[in-house]
Amino acid sequence: MKNVRPRVKVPKSASAGDVITIKTLISHPMESGTRKDKEGNVIPREIINRFTCEFNGESVIDVTLEPAISTNPYIEFEAKVPEAGEFKFTWYDDDGSVYEDTQKITVG
Amino acid sequence: MTLRFSRTILAATAAFGLSAMALHAEMANDELNINGDLPITVKAPAAEHLKGHLDEVYSGWLFRSDETRAMEQDDFDNPIMIFAEQGMETWDKVDGTAGKSCADCHGAIEEGMKGVRATMPKVNSKGELWSMEDYINDCRTNRMGAEAWGWDSGPMHNMTVAITVQSRGMPVNVKIDGEAAPFWEKGKEIYYTRYGQLELSCASCHEENYGNFIRADHLSQGQINAFPTYRLKNAGVVSIQNRFKGCVRDTRAETFAVGSPEFHDLELYVASRGMGLDIEGGGVRP
Repeated sequence: MKNVRPRVKVPKSASAGDVITIKTLISHPMESGTRKDKEGNVIPREIINRFTCEFNGESVIDVTLEPAISTNPYIEFEAKVPEAGEFKFTWYDDDGSVYEDTQKITVG
Repeated sequence: MTLRFSRTILAATAAFGLSAMALHAEMANDELNINGDLPITVKAPAAEHLKGHLDEVYSGWLFRSDETRAMEQDDFDNPIMIFAEQGMETWDKVDGTAGKSCADCHGAIEEGMKGVRATMPKVNSKGELWSMEDYINDCRTNRMGAEAWGWDSGPMHNMTVAITVQSRGMPVNVKIDGEAAPFWEKGKEIYYTRYGQLELSCASCHEENYGNFIRADHLSQGQINAFPTYRLKNAGVVSIQNRFKGCVRDTRAETFAVGSPEFHDLELYVASRGMGLDIEGGGVRP
């Protein structure tokens, strides 16, 4: 049973032009597709295969995830904040599910 | 006779090897302050009952690498918080034939469970020594009419972690006298008994050799104040008694089972060795 939940950590505010650190984590089993169950049957692959972050509609990062990535993938990256706005985070699951989170940031 | 003789030589060689080849590494000189606003005591004078055994007690956190220690400094970076959040959700969910949730009796988990972990394990009203897992299953089966959870099952881990984090920063406060005394004595006996083909007691590593390396592992004092803990090698939660099992197995012994009377006694004794330290569970360990 999957209990998928995205979490992100973005500073509430920054100065224009600042480079900020963004942390993201999603709880997900990341089943690799190479493991076998007790009966010897292959457990089908089920991973988050893509992660994206956009800022005011502009792409910040676009990541392809592979089966070797562990349970609960954690992705940390930096982004330049030119203006106030909204970060949008999207995770794409093999099963077709899409998980989203957004976070606003002010510039002052 | 020959066999016994060669075994003695072997043991002597092994003992010599251990002391002569021991690699010592300093602990981290660091302070734990979770999220910058929750200071945790990770170093303290040892309790009175440890006189002659240890002068100071140290959290296992001090023996871990910079990167692993950093993960525990921030709840966002600490993977165990995922499990804690899931446990907190379960806390409010109705389960079982009685139509009750944990919150219906105990109120908000932040209030109702504050300090609970610091007193575990403890003697219940029937005079038995119970760990947190026993109390949870007692509630589930007798009060909620729900099925008991396995000791090391997912929902049990989530719930023990969710309850444990409510006591973070509070000093270990187990009762070891009165009716707890016989359990504590038994636990102490187990702690100092050598088990397995390697003939190692808990004390062989965690009292006599903490700070040294056993192959690639930096030996700590084996404190359990950070348990249940997130182990990076398991990518999951490890309970106190499951960790005991791993240790005893590493001595190449047949281990006691989780939930056994022996491990309950040992849990109480090991917990009491951490008196002076604060609860920091759920910790992060390699």
